[in-house]
Amino acid sequence: MSELDVAVNGGQQIWQGGESPYAIPSNKLGMWLFIVSDSITFGAVLFCYAYLRLASPDWPSPFHLASIENATVMTFVLLSSSVTMVAAVEAAKAGRIAASVRWLAATMLGGVIFDILHIREWLGLIHEGLRLYHNDWGSPLFGAAFFTLTGLHMTHVTIGVIYLCVVAIGFRRGKFTSDDVEISGLYWHFVDLVWMFIFPLVYLLSARIR
Amino acid sequence: MNATAGHSEGPAGMSWFLKVWAVLLVLTAVEIFLAYEELPVHIMLILLMGISLIKAAMIVAYFMHLRYERTSLVWTLVPATIFVLVMMTVFFSDSLRIVRLGLFLH
Repeated sequence: MSELDVAVNGGQQIWQGGESPYAIPSNKLGMWLFIVSDSITFGAVLFCYAYLRLASPDWPSPFHLASIENATVMTFVLLSSSVTMVAAVEAAKAGRIAASVRWLAATMLGGVIFDILHIREWLGLIHEGLRLYHNDWGSPLFGAAFFTLTGLHMTHVTIGVIYLCVVAIGFRRGKFTSDDVEISGLYWHFVDLVWMFIFPLVYLLSARIR
Repeated sequence: MNATAGHSEGPAGMSWFLKVWAVLLVLTAVEIFLAYEELPVHIMLILLMGISLIKAAMIVAYFMHLRYERTSLVWTLVPATIFVLVMMTVFFSDSLRIVRLGLFLH
């Protein structure tokens, strides 16, 4: 990379302003900086969850096989929606607008399916007696920690679906460029990435084995 | 929003992304297998977090394209994130200690 910079810029201008040291659009850098700060937010909530779990000897393990299966399907759907998102970006960069919008729609569908499965999971747990400050299994902190962490993530998925919808409509109308599709993809992959930590920490480590 | 200058040669198309996707699914399957192995909780935590970090790195590198960006961007984003997350584990306990310092109780 650096040899290329020297060749292109004569090794002079890159630190003298008026250049783009990252060679990305400013709104893409903005999204990356947002992702850094958002990953720290999720980091704080995940640390908090892990701390409460280690500090509570009676931490419940309420996730029986049906819950784990449900969460596995959710993981599969979210991972697959990342692939359709990549396909949308590839199509957008190649100028195939209609194909890109179709892939974006598939990604949104993945997000909606994820939300529906997650809400089904929540309702099942609420039906079994899980509340924010009370449950029949053990530490009352479990409800608060579980709903905060998964609720924050579900909010991100929901906002992501709305964001992708706005980008898809704008891209079809020519208001947004392929760069905007790529940037919305960064956000979507980040939401997927966070779930890769929530799934093992919350679900797999609290699986009810017997 | 001008076209990205120097947008370097990306990965080799969709077939490459599908391979990454397949590896991520396999790693997820390994995690679910481990969940039912009744290992001691700290071993399990290390294994699951290790696999999750690999998955996260793959998502960032390929799906989020960071591997094909300029190294200056990687050096700006990744060390800062890791540093803050590590410092959080160091100072996390102060959130409990500060209550006992008497700043709020007097």
